[in-house]
Amino acid sequence: MTTTYDVLIIGSGPGGYVTAIRSAQLGLKTAIVEREHLGGICLNWGCIPTKALLRSAEIYHYAQHAQDYGLKIEGKVTFDPAAVVKRSRGVSQQLNGGVGFLLKKNKVDVIWGEAVIDKPGQVTVSKTKKAAVLPQNPIPKGTLGEGTYQAKNIIVATGARPRVLPGIEPDGKLIWTYFEAMVPPEFPKSLIVMGSGAIGIEFASFYRTMGCDVTVVEVMPQVLPVEDAEIAGLARKRFEKAGIKIMTSTKVSKVEKKTNSVVCTLEDEKGNKSTLEAERLISAVGVVGNIENIGLEKLGVKTDRGCVVTDGLGRTNIPGIFAIGDVAGPPMLAHKAEHEGVICVEAIKGLHVHPMDKAMIPGCTYCHPQVASVGLTEAKAKEQGLTIKVGRFPFMGNGKAIALGEPDGLVKTIFDAKTGKLLGAHMIGAEVTELIQGYVVAMNLETTEEELIHAVFPHPTLSEMMHESVLDAYGRVIHT
Amino acid sequence: MPINILMPALSPTMEKGNLARWLKKEGDTIKAGDVLAEIETDKATMEVEAVDEGILAKILVADGTADVAVNTLIGVIAAEGEDVKSAASSGGAPASAPKAAAAPAAVASPVAVSAPMPAAASVAPATGARVFASPLARRIAKDARIDLSRVKGTGPHGRIVERDVRSAMAGGASLAAPVAGSSAPSAPVGMSDATIRKFFADGSYEEIPHDSMRKTIARRLVEAKQTIPHFYLTVDCELDTLLAAREAINANAPKDKDGKPAYKVSVNDFIIKALAVALQRVPDANVTWTEGAMLKHKHSDVGVAVSIPGGLITPIVRMAETKGLAQISNEMKDYASRARARKLKPEEYQGGTSAVSNLGMFGIKNFSAVINPPHATILAVGAGEQRIVVKKGAPAVATVMSVTLSTDHRGVDGALGAELISAFKTLIENPMGMLV
Repeated sequence: MTTTYDVLIIGSGPGGYVTAIRSAQLGLKTAIVEREHLGGICLNWGCIPTKALLRSAEIYHYAQHAQDYGLKIEGKVTFDPAAVVKRSRGVSQQLNGGVGFLLKKNKVDVIWGEAVIDKPGQVTVSKTKKAAVLPQNPIPKGTLGEGTYQAKNIIVATGARPRVLPGIEPDGKLIWTYFEAMVPPEFPKSLIVMGSGAIGIEFASFYRTMGCDVTVVEVMPQVLPVEDAEIAGLARKRFEKAGIKIMTSTKVSKVEKKTNSVVCTLEDEKGNKSTLEAERLISAVGVVGNIENIGLEKLGVKTDRGCVVTDGLGRTNIPGIFAIGDVAGPPMLAHKAEHEGVICVEAIKGLHVHPMDKAMIPGCTYCHPQVASVGLTEAKAKEQGLTIKVGRFPFMGNGKAIALGEPDGLVKTIFDAKTGKLLGAHMIGAEVTELIQGYVVAMNLETTEEELIHAVFPHPTLSEMMHESVLDAYGRVIHT
Repeated sequence: MPINILMPALSPTMEKGNLARWLKKEGDTIKAGDVLAEIETDKATMEVEAVDEGILAKILVADGTADVAVNTLIGVIAAEGEDVKSAASSGGAPASAPKAAAAPAAVASPVAVSAPMPAAASVAPATGARVFASPLARRIAKDARIDLSRVKGTGPHGRIVERDVRSAMAGGASLAAPVAGSSAPSAPVGMSDATIRKFFADGSYEEIPHDSMRKTIARRLVEAKQTIPHFYLTVDCELDTLLAAREAINANAPKDKDGKPAYKVSVNDFIIKALAVALQRVPDANVTWTEGAMLKHKHSDVGVAVSIPGGLITPIVRMAETKGLAQISNEMKDYASRARARKLKPEEYQGGTSAVSNLGMFGIKNFSAVINPPHATILAVGAGEQRIVVKKGAPAVATVMSVTLSTDHRGVDGALGAELISAFKTLIENPMGMLV
């Protein structure tokens, strides 16, 4: 009989491995099962490698506009798709190795293979059946292998995979998911992106910057459907100015594949049909939880719309079985998974924890311009019947933004008029993904407008706009 | 110069120990090398030896005191030729006990020594102790007039956050004892659920989860019994005059067109009114203790315990001294019916200055009630029954009701409580007095 683990985690994505480390910190004997790559999608095929690609695009963009800053580049600025992709893969590889190191350092046993929960308390790990999407890093040294493992608490952290629309199944050649879009052999000349959530818009932004003719097709009436409508409206204008064609309230109803292109039949809300041809189609219509083939059905673990149903502490309806991260439902974000995992394992340890407040989870989209937000949108706040005060501050009024050559953008804040509670913050413009955390901290500390107004923001920074936006909500803005 | 005796460190890691016992009394002559006291740690008992000669002028930490921080001043020796009295008094002064100054509480009163020294130094005194609350919680509490010092925080390090204030507003679920900051020793915890369950065979009981009313009752009564020094005063009240008055009042109640009387005053309504008037006659007993000051109330807001399925609730008859019996009666009927439907609003059952709990209808002769904070008193009312009493040296039959006043000794001393209950007795036995 093998050791009985206190905690065994299935899946080593950002939710799983952070949970494992926290579990080990708490003195729990911990194991983590992974079938493909430490760090999961986030680190290998998601958040991280796309940021590397977008960084290349950003620098390319600046190089193209060197003259705006008084610089001169002799000759033409070009790019090498293979080198851009290689850099992105290198970034993933480095961090993938880092996760292995962290797990080892914290004495977490890594079990390589595919896990099935036989019953509460027992997991059987067999050889990976899933074919790797693309060549992977080698299996880390010192991992355990196939076998039956005992664990008092089993945490399912199997993540999610791209949602597939019937008739538009990705084929890896003409119809891509983020996997293929991340490692193109060469950049297509034209591209249709189906879906304008964070994944779709980031790829649209990347490929457009790299000179590709990009059309985004979104079924909802606004791009970035979860974002505040005003911010999404500004984003749309900027995307269109950059040359991205955007079709909202439109769906892809049919895809016809040719030798080296796809012809999409598009249908708007009135049923008007049109066709559009492009070399490639990226399907970015959301993700679905990986709930299959891990024994959940047999054990009667309750699921809903492709996700495991959990309470605020990650507990499923079956004692001893927990779920965290994407597989436990939206918002499907790495930082949500991490925090959910920490809460789950701290509750297992018996620490006094509060369920996560999902209203305070920030979201970031790394398109150009960047979009970041936390809390309620203006529409949602009104929907809840709250009386609100809204503050707005444009990048145009900020010295640092002008100096950076980034005069386009907006910082919008929403307060409860009655209590001064910061309900939401929504930003578009340069570096806003780094700025949003200021509001996240403010919200978590339950500050009111008063503390934000009293806080000193350093000059000259973009963060001053965060201050000004609050001032604006209370009729005290200085620089507009 | 008096010599201070400090709590010794028996090992380099020792932070506190128990003062097991003194081997010398105040006034004893001390020679160098004498054993003064015995100190216990969790590991050993050690002796404290005198290094100087003199007279043991003052013992500041009594025998059997646990958790005395190292370097706390535990006693004072008057050096040869010094006045014992002045040495004793100077010993307590911070000037001559610099090391002990960090723990003023420990010097001032031996019973407070159990507070760990670092905490005593870093935490503000109970009066006006800092309440840690988020800005949003503060603002919502201010707007809703919730006293944050009575709200239990569930945020990081016990900080009061929005949800705590909201739940306090919703039904007082988080109202905590108005005690000092985090340095206060935590209340003793009872047996764990698992330990209790082990006494009973599986399946021999049904498990009913607590609803929030049950939790609130449990929490508030534990709080009351742990923080309020109760004492009890019992008197017998003769009811015959009152019963006759009640009959006359009810018989003369105006009737509406269906022949329904406009009111039907109960004995309990008289009791509410009598207590309200008694509190006005003895205003020093119509108070609420707070750490900072005594709140002396202008009106008599009398809570009345109403038993409802699954618990009880205490709606408040506000300014009861100003209200007539019929009004009190009708108000109570409305409260009782809405209480049973759990439809009372928080402002209808929060606050109050005293309360009535009546179990007379169950034939209870006499009992003692638990004070319901922020009240200073509660009157427990037994059954009115015919008893043999002695009148003018001869046995006679009278309808007698025993009542017991539970009193918060912090705010109302014995004689004052006696004054209040005798004012009440006078009013019950001479109900006409309530009219003036």
